[in-house]
Amino acid sequence: MITGHLTPFLEARDTRRRVSNLVACGTLTFLSGVAIGALFLVFGYVLYRGFPAINWAFFIETPRPVGEVGGGLANAMVGSLIILLLASLLGIPWGILTGVYLSEYGRGRLGSAVRFCSDMLSSVPSIVIGLFAYALLVVPMKHFSALAGSVALAVMMVPTIARSTEELLRLVPNHIREAGLALGVPRWKVILLIVLRGNLSAILTGVMLAIARASGETAPLLFTALNSRFLSWRVDQPIASLPVQIYTYAIAPFDDWHRQAWGGALVLVVFVFSLNLLARSVIRPKMTRD
Amino acid sequence: MPDVNTDLGHLKELAQNKFRSFGKEIHKPDRNFLWFLRIVASAVIACLLSVGLFLLLKAWPALYHTGLRFLYTNTWDPVGDVYGALPVVFGTLLSSFLALILSVPLSLGIALFVSELAPRRLARFVSFTVEMLAAIPSVVYGLWGIFVLAPWLRTVVEPFLGTYFGFLPFFQGPPYGVGMLAASLILAVMITPTISSIAREIFRAVPSNYREAALALGATRWEMIRLSVLSASWSGVLGAVVLGLGRALGETMAVTMVIGNRADISLSLFSPGQSMASVIANEYVEATSDIHLAALAEVGLLLFAVTFLVNSGARLIVLRLKTKGGGR
Amino acid sequence: MRLLMLFLAGFLASSSWGAQVVTGAGATFPYPLYSKWFAEYGKLNPNVQINYQSIGSGGGIRQLLDKTIDFGASDSPMTDEQLGKASGPIVHIPTAMGAVVLIYNLAGSTNLKLSSDVLADVFLGTIKKWNDPRILALNPGLAQTSDIFVVHRSDGSGTTGIFSDYMAKVSSDWKTKVGSGTALNWPTGLGGKGNEGVTGLVKQTPGSIGYVELIYAESNKLSFFALKNKAGQFVTPTLKSVTAAAAGLKEVPDDLRFSITDSDGAGSYPISGATYILVYKTMPDSAKAASIVSFLKWALKDGQKMAAELLYAPLPSSLVKKVQKKVETIEVKRAG
Repeated sequence: MITGHLTPFLEARDTRRRVSNLVACGTLTFLSGVAIGALFLVFGYVLYRGFPAINWAFFIETPRPVGEVGGGLANAMVGSLIILLLASLLGIPWGILTGVYLSEYGRGRLGSAVRFCSDMLSSVPSIVIGLFAYALLVVPMKHFSALAGSVALAVMMVPTIARSTEELLRLVPNHIREAGLALGVPRWKVILLIVLRGNLSAILTGVMLAIARASGETAPLLFTALNSRFLSWRVDQPIASLPVQIYTYAIAPFDDWHRQAWGGALVLVVFVFSLNLLARSVIRPKMTRD
Repeated sequence: MPDVNTDLGHLKELAQNKFRSFGKEIHKPDRNFLWFLRIVASAVIACLLSVGLFLLLKAWPALYHTGLRFLYTNTWDPVGDVYGALPVVFGTLLSSFLALILSVPLSLGIALFVSELAPRRLARFVSFTVEMLAAIPSVVYGLWGIFVLAPWLRTVVEPFLGTYFGFLPFFQGPPYGVGMLAASLILAVMITPTISSIAREIFRAVPSNYREAALALGATRWEMIRLSVLSASWSGVLGAVVLGLGRALGETMAVTMVIGNRADISLSLFSPGQSMASVIANEYVEATSDIHLAALAEVGLLLFAVTFLVNSGARLIVLRLKTKGGGR
Repeated sequence: MRLLMLFLAGFLASSSWGAQVVTGAGATFPYPLYSKWFAEYGKLNPNVQINYQSIGSGGGIRQLLDKTIDFGASDSPMTDEQLGKASGPIVHIPTAMGAVVLIYNLAGSTNLKLSSDVLADVFLGTIKKWNDPRILALNPGLAQTSDIFVVHRSDGSGTTGIFSDYMAKVSSDWKTKVGSGTALNWPTGLGGKGNEGVTGLVKQTPGSIGYVELIYAESNKLSFFALKNKAGQFVTPTLKSVTAAAAGLKEVPDDLRFSITDSDGAGSYPISGATYILVYKTMPDSAKAASIVSFLKWALKDGQKMAAELLYAPLPSSLVKKVQKKVETIEVKRAG
């Protein structure tokens, strides 16, 4: 087919095409390598600096006065847990019910408005959420408090939970709902007991991811929970948290504080990674079934 | 024939009436449940609105005081109580755009590698890595920025750039380490997961017969990517990039920790700057005068408005794509 | 199991069940001293926990005005304008004195000197290099050629207040271009958050200069400049030179808002200042008021003895009597 005098030209073009293909594919592979490298650079360094900082005292002691070496971050870890617990109490039911509304009733105008606002809320910068919680709670209550911090985090959790719940419930085949309704079960029971309960573990995935995200947030806590040197259980008082403590220690000039900041970072990263892995292990069987 | 039609119409009407009354016959508990859900869901709307409202309220004294001048004057002077947001707006925009320039090729490369090139298990590993990058808290990036990135920039990168590219205005001035360059680099790493995971979904959504058609015509892999994947998804990629921009604009902690904290406009990437988010984080609890506080709230309002616009824009692009692409 | 019990016991012992929590916030300048004080006072009075957050003097004043904290702390006294905004009279209680020292990061160079005019020009950005002739004139043989990296505070700060109060006294250029206050419009340099942040940045950045409280310099083994005082002597910041500056204080105003920068006493360090705890004269919670008053009394007596080991100068005894009288004016019982 190909006439003789065109062959060298075509061959040259072929080589050029092959070379550009190689270069391009090589570049794409290299760029992926960069991402992997970045993770190892950051996580590896956190491990390298954080691991030596961790010991028993690190988990059970509270910070010592400035300049004294030693002490731990028990106050920050307990504080973080308390804030997250409170935020979950508010954020999880709110988020799940919003998701239920969106998937079961959300075809109307209110549904799209909620969906839009939820997307926008999830993109509000965390520092702005902090400002909001300060104005909403701290100033009127006349107190920095764990509560104000948890409200800020809850507001950040809701959109994630709501949208993931919605997406999941959308996957539930309609005949399941119809079967329930046909048996004369009231709709609210069908939704809560059949649709929601049947997918609880998958919904939990969204919840865990939201908690993981919230547990690393610093900016919303700066003006709300503030910080505390003490191990505090009181929700109406300032409270320490791991991210804020890491921030405070990181910008301070004391070597021992830097050491503890790395230790805190390691604890935080391991916590967040574990939640992520747990969430993935829940969702994995579902994914492969599709 | 006309008979059948009227019959059908009649039937339809009947059915509609039947269903309409069906709707009205909802059990009372069901109706209560619906109202309960409506209220809970509306709380999300109320929440977003009140964020805007509270900011407006707090910013009002400054809005009233300085008006539009706020946007284009470049003095941020707490002593004279004069506030212009230009330096912080500049800092936010510059660091975000630089981050985009660095991150877009990186993210698209990863997304293409995962969706087009890599064998399945490798693709899964790369996706996993990128997800973990997204999971690392901002404050940990900041910590890493202070102790690893900034010293490296100060001792290696910035002197190098200064020596060989010092004729450009971007690489002039003393190498501080912390500053615009550090902030942009950290931001680039932080927004890469956002852009690449959305881009990956978009590339995957390209029907596989597009690819097969290209390959059948004898295209190489790269030609297939260029001709069938990229050209079919560029508007979606734009959406992904805009979402990444939205994320970069509002990022607070990591930027605050490495940007250098001086409200100043300089073309040099070595010089310290201040972003909208970082100026709030630094000064809000500490502002003493009322106008200073209001000016910071106004910066917050501005940041809120900008991210709102950027994200709703991205949403519009992605939504339009979904309706155009039909159900996949 | 035993470990768990120990764990729980340790937790509960150090936790805040039932204890009264008093929240204070403000200056980072006295933070090392305050954190020592609150820890020691807490040992004596385990039922009172004083949680102090060093967010900066500006923050201490602001949050006190907003009444989100029980007491504030600042290194520069509140201005009349700020006092006017308060919902009630505010009492200034000086607790200790300290020095703002100029730290630098120049490997191999120690015992450097600066005069006020050179210092002003460095912070105004007109002197840009360490080998500037005016710096060399004060420090012959200084072999540094790098750029000068100025580090200042990014937050509202009483340390900045003391520093700029001094600069405005000695440099007319400074007074017109920058002025004095807790937060400034800086002509040059990097911003660090808190005394901690500035120290951290200077430590990280070769060729930098910054201003912090003495203890931050000492505990981080950073070198600092000897400054030329009003009498023309080069003085290093020490306990003695700060005390000498306080001795130059002739009369103390009734509200205790005084300044000892650029003091003319012999051997006095020019950038010295007192640090204050700020409280409302009438506090809404009388139980907390009682705790704060008893703490202040303790700080003025036993607390003063701990100041020196952390390099803060104790208040001169004549002043202490005045301050104690002032503490008595804080209302402990709810008014009306």
